[in-house]
Amino acid sequence: MENLTYEFAASARAQALRKQVLVGVVGSGDLEVLVEPQADQIRIQICTSVDGMASVWETLMARLFAQGTLPAMRIDINDFGATPGVVRLRVEQALEELGLSDQ
Amino acid sequence: MHTTMPSRLDSLLSQNSFIELGARERSRQLLDPGTMRELIGPFDRMASPWLARQGVVTQSDDGVVVAKGRFNGQSCVVLAIEGAFQGGSLGEVGGAKIAGALELAAQDNRSGIPTMALILFETGGVRLQEANLGLAAIAEIHSAIVDLRRYQPVIGIIAGTVGCFGGMSIAAALCSYLIVTREARIGLNGPAVIEQEAGIAEYDARDRRFIWSMTGGEQRALADLVDMLSEDDVQQIRAHVSQFVARGVPQVQRSEQIARFIQALDRVDAATQATPEMARQIYTQGAAS
Repeated sequence: MENLTYEFAASARAQALRKQVLVGVVGSGDLEVLVEPQADQIRIQICTSVDGMASVWETLMARLFAQGTLPAMRIDINDFGATPGVVRLRVEQALEELGLSDQ
Repeated sequence: MHTTMPSRLDSLLSQNSFIELGARERSRQLLDPGTMRELIGPFDRMASPWLARQGVVTQSDDGVVVAKGRFNGQSCVVLAIEGAFQGGSLGEVGGAKIAGALELAAQDNRSGIPTMALILFETGGVRLQEANLGLAAIAEIHSAIVDLRRYQPVIGIIAGTVGCFGGMSIAAALCSYLIVTREARIGLNGPAVIEQEAGIAEYDARDRRFIWSMTGGEQRALADLVDMLSEDDVQQIRAHVSQFVARGVPQVQRSEQIARFIQALDRVDAATQATPEMARQIYTQGAAS
């Protein structure tokens, strides 16, 4: 098991989040993603059952969050061996439920 | 055979599968629309303090959803176990969530607020990583069910595909009413454990047809160990729950029918290899119909 943390700058102009969203389940090949409002930045905490994949996580999180258009939020990911494709789908599902899928 | 395909396909397509839903969505769909309110939800982050220490990733709700709401207008608490997380195993936190909610429901009844409970079992039983703490929590669930069922029905649903085993199969047996689907299995021990103890010649855990013929929902219904065999359909399961709510607290709870089950035990001949037919006959012989 490995814990990873990433931080990205949030957009100052984006409308602040007003709700919490949970998607997914900590089941085989899946993950849960919790998103909730917080001040200042995008902070992502990942707990994954698979060791040694930090560089893949970093690349994937940068692709999803580094563009600087999303509002500040706290994201917790509990991963049970999901492939990068599944991780991306789950994160996009959470953003869609927050009405952020076009940004 | 081919002529029956279109109608079978139509019926499958018109079905709103209960099994395919996660614990949270199952709770939402059973309660009256718009009435569900989750207690100790995922954002309270009451996860297991023991799993991470053993290198196991935790789930933010510890795999148990506690949902308060209304069923046909009546106050109701739904306790749903998420089978996909650690096989639906019950540890300290998840177990305490279920036991605590049942105890509060009993208190509500004593304070003049009739509150019923639905328990959605999808569990292999105690979480081995939490050992005695999980077992203690399951014992608390047992006594809380026995307390609450005096006032209002405690209705168990075992939809599948995990099924219900171990100490939680005892919790299921304590329920006022039990609803199962064909996909469900109920047993004190899981198939792999029985195979390990009894030998593969007697019990082959990989033989799905055999396992379901002995412990599957249909067999358990025919053996009179559950009250309803339902299709895997949200509306149908909800209709069965309605029916049992209307029936109210049973005059004699299943787990109080001690003489019936002792007589059934006396009929077991351990020298003969058990068959599904034999098990059904042993359980139903002399049963009140």
